[in-house]
Amino acid sequence: MITETAQKQANVEVETPLLVVENLTRLYGHGCPRCLELTGPETGTNTCSNCGTLVACADVNFEVYEGEILGVVGESGSGKTTLLRCLYGDVAPTKGQAFLKSFGNGRQDIFQASSQQARYLQDFVMGMVRQNPAQGLHLHITAGGNIAERLLAAEWRNVADIRERSGALLNRMEVPLNRMDHYPAFFSGGMQQRVQIAKALANHPVLLLLDEMTTGLDVSVQAGVIDLVKEVQRESGVAIVVVSHDLGVIRLLSERTLVMKNGRVVENGLTDQILEDPQHPYTQLLVSSSNS
Amino acid sequence: MLKDLITTEENYNYAFLDEGSKREIRRNLLKAVAIPGYQVPFGSRELPIGRGWGTGGLQITLSLIGQGDIVKVIDQGTDAGVNAANIRRLIERTAPDVTTTFQTSEATIIQTRHRIPEEKMQAGQLLVLQVPLPEPLRLVERSENATRRMHADKNYSRMWVALYEEIVKHGLLARAYSYPVMVNGRYVMAPSPIPRWDVEKLNNAEHLSLFGAGREKRLYAVPPRTAVVPLDFEDYPFTVEDFHGIRCQRCGAEHSFLDEITTEAGQKTYMCSDTAYCDEQVAKKVAEREMQKEFAG
Repeated sequence: MITETAQKQANVEVETPLLVVENLTRLYGHGCPRCLELTGPETGTNTCSNCGTLVACADVNFEVYEGEILGVVGESGSGKTTLLRCLYGDVAPTKGQAFLKSFGNGRQDIFQASSQQARYLQDFVMGMVRQNPAQGLHLHITAGGNIAERLLAAEWRNVADIRERSGALLNRMEVPLNRMDHYPAFFSGGMQQRVQIAKALANHPVLLLLDEMTTGLDVSVQAGVIDLVKEVQRESGVAIVVVSHDLGVIRLLSERTLVMKNGRVVENGLTDQILEDPQHPYTQLLVSSSNS
Repeated sequence: MLKDLITTEENYNYAFLDEGSKREIRRNLLKAVAIPGYQVPFGSRELPIGRGWGTGGLQITLSLIGQGDIVKVIDQGTDAGVNAANIRRLIERTAPDVTTTFQTSEATIIQTRHRIPEEKMQAGQLLVLQVPLPEPLRLVERSENATRRMHADKNYSRMWVALYEEIVKHGLLARAYSYPVMVNGRYVMAPSPIPRWDVEKLNNAEHLSLFGAGREKRLYAVPPRTAVVPLDFEDYPFTVEDFHGIRCQRCGAEHSFLDEITTEAGQKTYMCSDTAYCDEQVAKKVAEREMQKEFAG
């Protein structure tokens, strides 16, 4: 009996999270010892009244498991995008650690990675879809070229192979193949986002970061993009962190959700639970004010 | 009276530059040789020719020459170009114990603009190339800060994308000159605006190649026997200019880089771009004919 329990425990332990984030904090400004106590949902601000430092996010802890979709919801300025940008290596966090299963046996802090390692993480381990396609795509390089950039970073050196792979990705994202050699600058917003997703998926990442990817798209296009993401997720088993201020997107995509306010996580749990029975006053407000 | 005001060569330091400047350039060259393909910043000095007219190459040459050196200067393959002639004259006047030559095999230092001599260079010889734009990534990234970071991280995917886009647009790798190369498997380098024909002469060469960009204040180098590989694709390999079926109208050479020349009658003819090589071929032919005459007589 004892051995069986031990075995069960061992089996539970086998499922280590894909990503563990501990105490992620990012300040913009000099900072003072009172920054954290003077900001947050209790004080209703993320600007320190003592020194004027902006606390973009503070003491954020969470895990992402393989094949899971984690939602992060919150109003503008709640620190959602900063959180993603820290994870992707765009900005360095002020404090905190993060561990990825496939990086240094899950023991090496990705925030301490050298710039070469950070690029490896960006090119091979993660994919990022940004709110503004102009940031995620080179608008004056062809759609195929944008995807090729990631393949070329992975040392693909055969044009025919590159075109086949980028064509397949665009096809999967329902971008017409005859637009492969056109510039994304002349694409519609929805199509730009789909090219971005294709680009992010090029090197089979294990973690996909989606930053407000449907903001600014009309509802029917939004639904199409969300469906595609769900399908791709089911096919490839990639883990996704999706950031949105739109509860509808979170409801459709994610199984678990973090609710952020003034740079802190105020609630964290199963999406259904949060939507049906919100605990924190802010979440209650958020749920009651969304009409969906 | 007026004559006293004119500065003569004797008033200048040996090889024009002051000794401190020459030492700085030599130190930076050592660094450049130690890190093949890496662009070393240096304090480009004022010279009696304008920046952008070969001052980078000239500063390298001036800081390396000394007693017994034999210098050859070429401009687009010819020793008689204005740029080459001016630079040669400056060297002759400020470094009197240095001799000059037109012959590739005889020279210890060859300064060149946009060509590498046709005749294979040997170990111990120095090739100094004048470079207008030392940064191969400048076409894809405007910021110097960003390109330096790209080099440091060996992040060349945007350069590769530019080549991929060329193939999509034109169906071939279309760059005619300054073709980007990977040096020693580490740094992407601009080989200066030499034609593709010459790029292969840098690969695993016997001689040392030194690159100087005076306006952009950069030095870099390819040491002897270093791999210099053009960036290309498996299904779109790098190729050199095709001179199949044409030959030099003057010397008859079939394996040299040819310039297209239109005659007064409007006809297209071809001539060796490397005039010293052409002269040599002509001289060989003349000698052969004399020999035959002697035997016949």
